[in-house]
Amino acid sequence: MSLAYKPSRREVVIGAGVLTIAFSLAGLLPPVVAQTGLPGSLGKTPALDAWLRIDAGGGVTVFTGKVELGQGIATALAQIAADELDVDMARIDMITGDTALTPDEGYTFGSLSIQQSGMAIRFAAAHARQILIARAARRLGATPDSLRVEDGLVFAGKESVSYWQLAEEGLFERDAGGGAAPKPADERRYAGRPIQRRDIPSRVFGQQSFLQDIRLPGMLHGRIVRPPGSGAVLAAIDEDRISAMPGVKNIVRDGSFLGVIARGEFQAIQAAEALAGVARWSNQARSSSSQELPELLTSLPARSSVIAEKDRGARLVAAKKISARYTRPFQAHASLAPSAAIAQFDGNQLTVWSHCQGVFPLRKALAQALRMDTENIRVIHAPAAGCYGQNGADDAALDAALLARAAGGRPVRLQWMRGDEFRWEPFGSAMVIDISGAVTGDGRLADWQCAVKGFTHSSRPGDGAGNLIAARHMANPITPPPARNIPRPTGGLDRNAVPPYQSDRLKVMKHFIAEGPLRTGALRSLGSYANVFAIESFMDELAALAGIDPVAFRLKHLGDTRGRAVIEEAASRADWGSPMTAGHGRGIGYSRYKNLGGYLAVVAQVAVDADSGEIRVMRAVAAADCGEIINPDGTRNQIEGGIVQSTSWTLMEEVSFDSGGATLSDWLSYPILTFDQVPLVDVHLMCQGPKRTTKKPLGAGELAQGPMAAAIGNALYDAVGVRLRDLPLTPEKVRAALQEKGEG
Amino acid sequence: MRIKLKVNEEVREADVSPDTPLLYVLRDDLGLFGPKFGCGLGQCGACMVHVDGRAVRSCITPVEAVAGSAIVTLEGLGGPENAHPLQQAFIDHQALQCGYCTNGMIMTAAAFLSENPDPSEGEIRGALSANLCRCGSHTRIIRAVKAASQKQNERGAK
Ligand code: FES
Ligand code: FES
Repeated sequence: MSLAYKPSRREVVIGAGVLTIAFSLAGLLPPVVAQTGLPGSLGKTPALDAWLRIDAGGGVTVFTGKVELGQGIATALAQIAADELDVDMARIDMITGDTALTPDEGYTFGSLSIQQSGMAIRFAAAHARQILIARAARRLGATPDSLRVEDGLVFAGKESVSYWQLAEEGLFERDAGGGAAPKPADERRYAGRPIQRRDIPSRVFGQQSFLQDIRLPGMLHGRIVRPPGSGAVLAAIDEDRISAMPGVKNIVRDGSFLGVIARGEFQAIQAAEALAGVARWSNQARSSSSQELPELLTSLPARSSVIAEKDRGARLVAAKKISARYTRPFQAHASLAPSAAIAQFDGNQLTVWSHCQGVFPLRKALAQALRMDTENIRVIHAPAAGCYGQNGADDAALDAALLARAAGGRPVRLQWMRGDEFRWEPFGSAMVIDISGAVTGDGRLADWQCAVKGFTHSSRPGDGAGNLIAARHMANPITPPPARNIPRPTGGLDRNAVPPYQSDRLKVMKHFIAEGPLRTGALRSLGSYANVFAIESFMDELAALAGIDPVAFRLKHLGDTRGRAVIEEAASRADWGSPMTAGHGRGIGYSRYKNLGGYLAVVAQVAVDADSGEIRVMRAVAAADCGEIINPDGTRNQIEGGIVQSTSWTLMEEVSFDSGGATLSDWLSYPILTFDQVPLVDVHLMCQGPKRTTKKPLGAGELAQGPMAAAIGNALYDAVGVRLRDLPLTPEKVRAALQEKGEG
Repeated sequence: MRIKLKVNEEVREADVSPDTPLLYVLRDDLGLFGPKFGCGLGQCGACMVHVDGRAVRSCITPVEAVAGSAIVTLEGLGGPENAHPLQQAFIDHQALQCGYCTNGMIMTAAAFLSENPDPSEGEIRGALSANLCRCGSHTRIIRAVKAASQKQNERGAK
């Protein structure tokens, strides 16, 4: 079976007709680019044939180490390849993350896939085309620049030869590097256009689309039973009762790792429930934390470092000073599907299907945990529900492998139950951000002092198998690697902690806590979400202090013209400054993701119910500059989704926990935004049209998270005059603040 | 125990215990992919199917309760050759990201539109408010449902 997309012969542009390709290469060949460092992931994997293959049958296979997470990457990469090769996009078959087939491109994260894989594929395909054209020229007895390509057919006048005839074994067995320059943007036929995603039809027709849909011959079903708390140790189980249950094949125990394999899925579920009932654990007492979150966080020891410092010497006399503390709770990825994996072990070779973000790092961790050689493990990516960072995918892969070792060569499909995901996923870190600042009499920012404190934002498998839950529970456990403190320039906890605004004096500190009450990991945008919430809220507080409009105050302190442009665009599209009815308000949030990626400004409009305290986000108007965009509709979709998700995080999301870990169990204990609460969203993309030619891709997937949070907080203040700094902005907190304001 | 089911206008048989939730029977025994496991608790809507025309959460519906009923899954609603207007609208509006919620959205909306063929935006939001989407595809889904209802009504008027 194959989950690969079988292309139809037509790729559809949204809102337009079908594309045809026919154009001349005259004047295009052979511009040579200076080879100072290969673009994107080519640097690490320069071999051309690692990226693409021309099939004699008339197809092109393109390989990427990146994976489809619902962001449409496979379609965007196919657009890029089709352009550079001059073939119909329908000929392109994409192979994504598979340790046996694709280049190692690490993880699919950080809004980097177009920059890394897209640029590698673009340059590799351009080079491949140059090789093919040179061959065709010899074959046709013509000069390369007199040739014309139509969908893989190379013409010299009326004579032609096809790529499929020219392709032969070993043609691309060389490194990219002598390469041709990719096409100028105005000659691209697919990149830059809203091509419909290729993986959508199978999902709307209920065809095989997901890891969960893979059916292998003889496949069994597995479920796991986790300890009742993070410190609990499995003491004993009465296996006999469970083994006698219908369909049960095996009970798998390895230290405190416990699971069951059964013939049927529901049988596995029932057996796991029963197993949980008979398992006896020691050290399972749980107590509620004696401290509330901000105090807990501030009390923990941390490693401190200065991440930015500036003092212009000639100091302005600060007229007014303020300081504020912003906080964020632990938050969950809460993927719509609990994590799953399929594993098969034939006694020597292990094959694992996973919806992880990086097949190669996962393979390395599996090898370490299972004490196997990496050569004997193959990890194949298959799509599942959106993950928004590191959810339980990697953990489930190890769980499935442990079960498969006991399955006598038969494949085991493991699916976590809802509560497994909610209790055991690696959560987004809680954070505390203290800022103090000063403005001069004429409204200039004179001082900015900031300290951000929190936990790690990366517990990925590539750092060590000890980052996986089961590896910690096995009889022969693996200790977790030291908590990763992601370095600058991108940073983790401190991502976007340095404000983009000019200040005469500036100091930003990071206080990194190595160990906390919950396992934390990468959640979409990492520390950027809370840092931008804090910075952009504080900018509004300073603007109010200076008596200046928040948009004007930002523009007064922002030099980056592209940043200014998105702020101005979002403000004007949202009718910034026009009057609003009582109880309604408008707020803005802005950031350049990681201080080096894409730009986004968003204006949120809210209505606040003074009685209930409920904030209803009515509308969000965003402007984004993502540099070159391969698929504008895909980009828009990502940003719209980010805005809605950030609204949900900001208004209601908070992980409850005690000494034994998270105390969540289902969607009732962790509600997310629903249809009746979702804002209308309007996303404007900058630098489209002819000007896009000159811009490098900057990424899009995570741009909206921080700005949207701040926009909501600022809109709340605009609507009813109260400032909330402790996420999430729940009705109770709004009510309490309104009451305090009324009394004050 | 052998149970007879009418699924997508075919009579099918499965050998399962009668308390097995319909979801697992459809997916594992009958080889269907439309309905999804999201929570198994009736909270997210990913597992939605139609039972005698009503949208039902198959993860909390014991299979014995629907023996004899007409069950329709996403596959039965329409396919590439005969797409249901909602399926076409979800493609036209690219109304999903990961697509894990899509089954529930389309099945819920299809049952809803047959009761309320010309809904307002607010009514669409209300009808889908017990279906979760974590990717934030809501605004596109609302647009797609609206577009499908208009298409259906145009067709009906002809
Ligand atoms: S899986 Fe049935 S409602 Fe969630
Ligand atoms: S599209 Fe991913 S959950 Fe809705």
